[in-house]
Amino acid sequence: MATEASIYQTLTEIFHDVFVREDIQLRPDLKAADVEGWDSFKQIEIIVAAEQRFGIRLNSREMDSLTCVGDLARVIEQKLPEG
Amino acid sequence: MSELPWLAGLPDARQRIRALGGAGPAAWELALELAGSRLDFLLTNALDTVIRRRFPAPPADSTLKPVRLAILGSGTFAHLHGAIRVAGLRHALWIELYECAFGQYRQELQDPASALHRFQPTAILIALDGYHLAAGVNAAMDASSCAQELDSVRARIHQTWTDARAAFQCPILHQTVLPVFPDVLGSNEHRLPGSRCHFLQQLNQSLRPMADASGVDLVAIDTVIGQDGIAQWHDPTLWHHAKQEIAPQAAPHYGDLVVRVLAARQGLSRKCLVLDLDNTLWGGVIGDDGLDGIVLGQGSAQGETFVAFQIYVKELARRGVILAVCSKNDETNALEVFDQHPDMILRRADIACFCANWSDKAHNLREIARQLNIGIDSLVFVDDNPFERELVRRELPEVAVPELSDDPATFAQTVSDAGYFESIAITEEDLARSAQYIGNSNREASRKSATDLRSYLEDLQMRLLWKRFDRVGLQRIVQLINKSNQFNLTTRRYTPEQVLEVMADPKAFGLQLRLLDRFGDNGVIAIVIGRLRDGHDLVLDTWLMSCRVLGRQVEQATLAVIVGVAESLGATRLVGEYVPTKKNDMVRDHYASLGFTVEHQDPSGASRSILEMAGFVPQQTSIAIIDETVT
Repeated sequence: MATEASIYQTLTEIFHDVFVREDIQLRPDLKAADVEGWDSFKQIEIIVAAEQRFGIRLNSREMDSLTCVGDLARVIEQKLPEG
Repeated sequence: MSELPWLAGLPDARQRIRALGGAGPAAWELALELAGSRLDFLLTNALDTVIRRRFPAPPADSTLKPVRLAILGSGTFAHLHGAIRVAGLRHALWIELYECAFGQYRQELQDPASALHRFQPTAILIALDGYHLAAGVNAAMDASSCAQELDSVRARIHQTWTDARAAFQCPILHQTVLPVFPDVLGSNEHRLPGSRCHFLQQLNQSLRPMADASGVDLVAIDTVIGQDGIAQWHDPTLWHHAKQEIAPQAAPHYGDLVVRVLAARQGLSRKCLVLDLDNTLWGGVIGDDGLDGIVLGQGSAQGETFVAFQIYVKELARRGVILAVCSKNDETNALEVFDQHPDMILRRADIACFCANWSDKAHNLREIARQLNIGIDSLVFVDDNPFERELVRRELPEVAVPELSDDPATFAQTVSDAGYFESIAITEEDLARSAQYIGNSNREASRKSATDLRSYLEDLQMRLLWKRFDRVGLQRIVQLINKSNQFNLTTRRYTPEQVLEVMADPKAFGLQLRLLDRFGDNGVIAIVIGRLRDGHDLVLDTWLMSCRVLGRQVEQATLAVIVGVAESLGATRLVGEYVPTKKNDMVRDHYASLGFTVEHQDPSGASRSILEMAGFVPQQTSIAIIDETVT
């Protein structure tokens, strides 16, 4: 099973690709207002990239419920297959 | 498709994109190289971000044509901007983008003070979403009200075209509608007049004649979705969430579809398809397998796939694409197939420029462009061999070189998917063009290669693994000895028993040599048989090599191996024989070029050459030689 640390590691790579910056440190409470350029279009880019990398799908309700990085990491952890 | 499979991937694309920000004068070349490589949507956007930070405008000496593209759409397109700009670089366009405020395109079009008018577009893309366009129909409606609704939607679109043209006098592109609706009836959906699904199909169909009459160019996304499936392009969740009708994953493909039409309007589409021969137009190697031995035509599945590819190529030629041949072959052998093979679809008269020789392909492609008097950037080069593809990409980045799978059945679709020959109109002139070029072309003798191969060969990380003949390799050894005709000094054939005799003879040796490079294992590519005479002469009874590895210094490396083995048998001289045949003219000067002295030559051309091993210094090559018997 994917550990929280490995989920954060993959998400960090995604954030670095999306914002083309290496200096973004992910924490559970990091939210759009904290990162320059994190608009609704980047938000979807992050979600779609996470769906691809983790092989999962988020439904509309889950997409709407995301307020910070911690929310996204939790949804991913729930959706990943056990074992 | 989410990535563009005809483009070659770069193993370290992410690092290179990061490096671009700090790169010096080479940054622009690197940017263009990355734009021409296979990237997913995320890296495509990252590349666009870095390029825009680094280059607010293209360098002064760049030849990119500037385009100011305004998108008039009913959904959101911000997530596609990066991919459109990057596709622009791939097609020699520098694109600046403007997107009308959400849902505001009609107002902006009509208001001369709007941001759209201030932007002064030089091209317009109109892209209306299926949800809005079909809003006026439902399954309960009768046929006449549906027909009325279709007319009214068409009139609205037509009015937008008219307004856009009046305001900007520039090319107008119209993206056909995505088939976003699931059916409600099934296979016979068309029998339900009010079906939204059918309504969009009808609209898309009627857009064709409408666009032709108005001089509008279509971006036929509905046709592409017919091949890929709607799920590759549209995600209802994202539509409802963010009004993105095109899913972000499809951005690279969308960008390319739009830009290839823009480029076609600028006259930047490719003009000439250059074809390799062996294993591209037919199966096998004509020089070795002969006219009866190559795989082409009915009777085998593989032979039929090559015919199907040739038919596709012929269709391209019929509509005005120029054809050329660039092949490592003897010209006589190659032409014989075009003139005499009963299953060939392409004939000599279809080929405007025929380049079959042993020079490197980058050199020959330059020559083809020169003879046809077209730019090198007009060429598309199709070759089954990854070594040749990579060489041409490196030496001539302007030439488009599609990645191909190892299944020839896919070649036609790949060339089509890549959209190299996108055309917006067909004229009488197009249909006559091929013939014209053929008339103008003359097959001049090729000059010496100017291409510097050294660095490319270094990068290939070639390893030549050699060992004596063994029973495991027996079958392949016998096959090579009896099949190779071109690079074969003596063309002596051996039965398996005779090969076993060589293995048992203490005064003889048989060598099998394998070549590995970063593309993989080329298998056993050379065979040498030597026999000791009079205690000090080592006679090279047989030396043959696969033509696939020509031009890679394998001959020089092989000689170094031979000298080592000959010394271990106590020999002091090598004796090389050349026995001319109809097919081995290419190795006539093989021994002389390796530093042997010609001792005897008879009128038939047969010769005997000597190398004194005492003074022999192996030539520097880019190949690591590895003795497999000790590893």
